[in-house]
Amino acid sequence: MTASTLTATTRNRRDPADAFHFCPDFPAGGERPGSRAPFTRSAETRGLRASLQFENRPQSGGRRMSHWIIAPVVLPALAAALMVIAFRARLAAQRLVSLAAILALNGIALALLAAATTGGPQAYFLGDWPAPFGIVLVLDRLSALMLALLAGLALPVVLYAIGSGWDRKGAHFHPLLMFLLMGIGGAFLTGDAFNLFVFFEVLLIASYGLMVHGGGEARTRAGLQYVAFNLMGSALFLFALGLIYATTGTLNMADLAQKLPALPEGDAALLRSAAVMLFLVFAIKGALVPLQFWLPGTYANAPGVVAALFAIMTKVGAYATLRFSTLVFPPDLPATALILPTLLLPAALVTLALGAVGTLGARTLPRLAAFAGIASMGTVFLGLAQFTPTATTAALYYLLHSTLATALLFLLSDLVSRRRAHLHLDRPAPVAQSGLTAAVFLAAAIALAGLPPLSGFIGKLLILDAWRDQAALIWPAVLISSFVMVLGLSRAGSLVFWKASDQPPPPAPAPEPLAIAATFALLAGLVALTVLAGPVTGWLSTTAESLFAPQAYIDANRLEAAP
Amino acid sequence: MEALLATIIGVLAAVGIYLMLRLRTFPVILGLTFLSYAVNLFLFASGRLALNAAPIIGTAERYTDPLPQALVLTAIVISFGMTAVIMIMAVGGYLQAGHDRVDLDRDDEEPT
Repeated sequence: MTASTLTATTRNRRDPADAFHFCPDFPAGGERPGSRAPFTRSAETRGLRASLQFENRPQSGGRRMSHWIIAPVVLPALAAALMVIAFRARLAAQRLVSLAAILALNGIALALLAAATTGGPQAYFLGDWPAPFGIVLVLDRLSALMLALLAGLALPVVLYAIGSGWDRKGAHFHPLLMFLLMGIGGAFLTGDAFNLFVFFEVLLIASYGLMVHGGGEARTRAGLQYVAFNLMGSALFLFALGLIYATTGTLNMADLAQKLPALPEGDAALLRSAAVMLFLVFAIKGALVPLQFWLPGTYANAPGVVAALFAIMTKVGAYATLRFSTLVFPPDLPATALILPTLLLPAALVTLALGAVGTLGARTLPRLAAFAGIASMGTVFLGLAQFTPTATTAALYYLLHSTLATALLFLLSDLVSRRRAHLHLDRPAPVAQSGLTAAVFLAAAIALAGLPPLSGFIGKLLILDAWRDQAALIWPAVLISSFVMVLGLSRAGSLVFWKASDQPPPPAPAPEPLAIAATFALLAGLVALTVLAGPVTGWLSTTAESLFAPQAYIDANRLEAAP
Repeated sequence: MEALLATIIGVLAAVGIYLMLRLRTFPVILGLTFLSYAVNLFLFASGRLALNAAPIIGTAERYTDPLPQALVLTAIVISFGMTAVIMIMAVGGYLQAGHDRVDLDRDDEEPT
């Protein structure tokens, strides 16, 4: 069935007999019968009354929807199901399906990126239900960018997993990877707050499986902490969503953006509590101090290839913070205006400092990479804390860079772990193929610390430039933490590669051309980001401006019939 | 009825948070379960409390909001699945380590 006939049949099925037509005399008054909860409700049954006006609203099929928008969610889900059902015990077939799906995902993400660049935000109405009632996926420049980053990161990661044989060390690596891609892609696309929770859970449950891939006592116990921490986060998320629904009667993000400015004064406190809880959940995901405690233990104990993929999971927190702080709780919304501007900047600075100091104190290479990742999240949130298009452009550029750089360092520490007796920094041990690994480590360290010539330097420069007016506070923090990171990374590099003991190095492991190629692909991504910094920041700056003028995003949801 | 429900949610959340702060896995998982019960009741109440009312418009004078029921159903399914996952991981960790402490030892912090 082609896309157009699919749209046509769903429309024909629903158009003539609307679900609510049979009750024309439904009381349109504001008050709901039944007892009232201990808080006031401003939007009694607005949603239900709006549904009576179905016949007046333009059907979403009036303009043909692009069904490709849902492909980043459906494609990995189908691939995962195919692998589990048909190729349960055939790793070669699983690898092939996984690689094909990720290649297709790359193509789709690039096509969506092109569509979002030229066409503006577009909504995909699931089941062709109109916006505040059904679930919508919205493709705009930001979500298309994040999707492209996800697909671009997944390709080297899956190549590395195949090349290094990590996917052989336990069951179902590739299906879990697919479900993780589905969850992250859905979280980037969805335009519905509850649906965002559902996609968070999809990506989390896949990440629980990947985290303990390969087994082992330390990994299982670290995984338990990770799951427990995130279950608390999920509970907080649900409390926040319950409060938002109780005060506004809607969970569609564009609908919320329209209704929140008109919220009565008395509901402001409830809304503020909801916003605080929501941003706490995103801070857990984004490893913002003081909610970063889960990250070092999790990432250091996860398989290196999985930790590399997890580099984008912290960015889901940054993405959600950016989306909600510009669309749903914009800086000019009185009820929540003071939350993020007062809290985000200090938290980002402390995160940056803690990550930098952590690289100095890390005792193993994966922990070093984890702390470098925390520091990079601090830098990203520093850019997001200003709420201006300039600083957001810088944050988005640094987000792209730090995802690739952190993933590179995790892949490298996995490469080293199989060429060295152990991963402890303070106990010398020879490294096989030390020239190759040391060269990659040097590049990753330069990128993460923000030294020229790689993109980390440009990213930090953009952030420093955006914070020019508060240079007395921000510049020393960024510059000193970068210096501390240079110290920490060069200490680790010298301990691992220079102070190798006098014993002969262990025999080089079997050649892993795919794994080496994967690390070089990430490196090439960093180089491309550096060389193309001009066009990329130009594109990002238009993206950031569109985030701070969200009317086009709201219009894409076609809410005009809602009261 | 609102006061009763609010008290129940509060007590469940308090019990859940207390148990989550324990150092053994079993109380922690129980605490998470209590917290998810509190969340489910809270979500249910976000559509307002209405006794003896169907979530259908037009069949009777009184009706109740159907959306929180759908939300709470999703939340129940997800928290049930997550509890199963964390149970398996806790049992796996216990069998491999011989104890069920939540904290990691210093020596544990090395990937295998």
